[in-house]
Amino acid sequence: MDYTFQFGELLPYSDLIARGVLSTVILAIVTTVLGCLLGTLGAAARAGKQTFLSRAVGVYVELIRNTPFIVQLFFIFFGLPTIGIKLTAGEAGLLAMVINLAAYSTEIIRAGIESIPKGQLEAARTLGLSRTQTFTRVVLPPALEKIYPALTSQCIIVMLGSAVLSQISVEELTFAANFIQSRNFLSFEVYMVITVIYLLLAILMRQGFKLIHYFMFPNLRARS
Amino acid sequence: MSLVSINNVHKYYGSNHVLKGINLEIGAGEVVSIIGRSGSGKSTLLRCINGLEAYSEGGVVVDQMEVVYDDRQIRKLSKSVGMVFQSFNLFPHLTVGQNIMLAPKLVRKLPESEAKVIAQEVLAKVGLAEKIDSYPAELSGGQQQRVAIARSLAMNPKVLLCDEITSALDPELVGEVLKVLEDLAAEGMTLILVTHEMNFARDVGDRVIFMHQGLVWEEGDSKTVLANPQTPELSKFINAVL
Amino acid sequence: MSVFSDWDILRNLLLAARWTVVLSLIAFAGGATVGLLLTMMQVSGRTLLVRFTRLYIELFQGTPLLMQLFLVFFGLSLMGLEVSAWFAAALALTLFSSAYLTEIWRGCIESIPRGQWEASRCLGLSYFEIMRHIILPQALKVAIAPTVGFSVQIVKGTALASIIGFVELTKAGTMLNNATFEPFKVFGMVALLYFLLCYPLSVASRKLERKLNVAR
Repeated sequence: MDYTFQFGELLPYSDLIARGVLSTVILAIVTTVLGCLLGTLGAAARAGKQTFLSRAVGVYVELIRNTPFIVQLFFIFFGLPTIGIKLTAGEAGLLAMVINLAAYSTEIIRAGIESIPKGQLEAARTLGLSRTQTFTRVVLPPALEKIYPALTSQCIIVMLGSAVLSQISVEELTFAANFIQSRNFLSFEVYMVITVIYLLLAILMRQGFKLIHYFMFPNLRARS
Repeated sequence: MSLVSINNVHKYYGSNHVLKGINLEIGAGEVVSIIGRSGSGKSTLLRCINGLEAYSEGGVVVDQMEVVYDDRQIRKLSKSVGMVFQSFNLFPHLTVGQNIMLAPKLVRKLPESEAKVIAQEVLAKVGLAEKIDSYPAELSGGQQQRVAIARSLAMNPKVLLCDEITSALDPELVGEVLKVLEDLAAEGMTLILVTHEMNFARDVGDRVIFMHQGLVWEEGDSKTVLANPQTPELSKFINAVL
Repeated sequence: MSVFSDWDILRNLLLAARWTVVLSLIAFAGGATVGLLLTMMQVSGRTLLVRFTRLYIELFQGTPLLMQLFLVFFGLSLMGLEVSAWFAAALALTLFSSAYLTEIWRGCIESIPRGQWEASRCLGLSYFEIMRHIILPQALKVAIAPTVGFSVQIVKGTALASIIGFVELTKAGTMLNNATFEPFKVFGMVALLYFLLCYPLSVASRKLERKLNVAR
């Protein structure tokens, strides 16, 4: 192979790449926060008694988990306007990501809730805690702690999945890559650099989650 | 010549000094009970005898073989030392018969037919001959532990190590397992047990070793030691468990 | 004015869905083969092999599948190989799946209690005998449900092959959308077809898992 890599050719585009990184980071943060919040609500609904709500959430979770993200994205961006819901590419992308993560986190958190021993519930009841109190004070904290690794991995997976948003022209990291390679035709170099950036973002996110874990579950600190 | 000879054995977990120079000689046919609080190092000592745990200093010799933490040596030792665990550790995907026949076939290289004869023998010995085709999950805890003993016996060991083998059992199932041990002792099998069963230690055991803070604190003839503890630590321990 | 009837759309999507299925099967078979190799390397205990697999998994789980597709596609052509979108997609999906399957299978092997190892060692079994007779048979049973579950990710992953121009279900969807201007209907049908492919696998995975838990 007598090919010379020309990574230097990417320097003029560093601004564009930086803006791409920023968009991807913002998308990731907003999605993580909203997705996990909605997931908690979804899991509460799944665990609760209201059968209709519980079932509706169940159907939503199954629909999202069993279809590709890119199809969900196309459906929202191209499909929804035909029934009168007009969204910009950025809004559609964000919406798709949140809807996607919320479905997964619902399922993950629900599994965490189910893993809490019945005795905990009974103990809380005997102490006179209400249903809501039992859920937020006794069930949820250990459940979240238990599924924290699975939940945060899913958040990272969704962040990486945001690369697909370039397909509806959201100007994130992959969009920047596509743009640059259409100008300088150095596809491999461009995608290589962008891939490394994604890797760094994933690592950064994981470290961030570790930090959050440290503050969120102080009882673990006491133990170690 | 003693069967098991433990010479100034030390063991560290990081900076934690769990065995602080253990010396023990155990002769063939002896039934030795190791007692003590949790954390006193008794299980660690037992696991150093068959190489499951590496000791940091000193030496252990079993049946004229030096015990070193090395796969090949453990394989050799397995023909002399059997071990039964608190949690049975039967192989759940194999029937009782297959559990017992596995090592004789793989390690002793016996043909299937011979291994089967041995399996029937050892199962008869623990009173479970009819369970040869059952799976472990179909047995009670006491039965599972008896199968685990049979599995060890199938290797024809000279010494059997028992690590709190009745601690995970419901009270009503303890007796049947101890009965098997008693029969083995009567046949002359060398037994080294880490146990909380004081009655068994006194009535069946020859010798009691009381461990405390990583040391052999007191030892001697089981009836004497348990009846007349010489140290406040042992009296306190005996009062607490009885 | 659209010249496509609903049936035309569905028929074309179904034809394209065949390629989604074929690509999924190839990716699964390839991923399982490479994954098996990597799992063996990972449990070998050799530091170098373990580190290599760790890094491999880290790289493929830490980067977007889309980037992996692009890199395989453009990387191979850089090496002078004229590759079809079809081959690049199969290769990228194989690598991607192998990383995840290795991670899943390693977890299954590690889920076998330590006591099983200890008991086997006390009986004198060698490392490979323990693996072959004690650990793998049990790990295999544990692995079935999550493996089937992951196959859903593979099917969904094949949708990205559309971006490098491989005509499977999603690509057919975009093409039909461009021809009919009925995105709601077209992408709704596309989603439905994926759901019909994936949902049975999800259900099977859950059922297998429950069966295993009951058996324990």
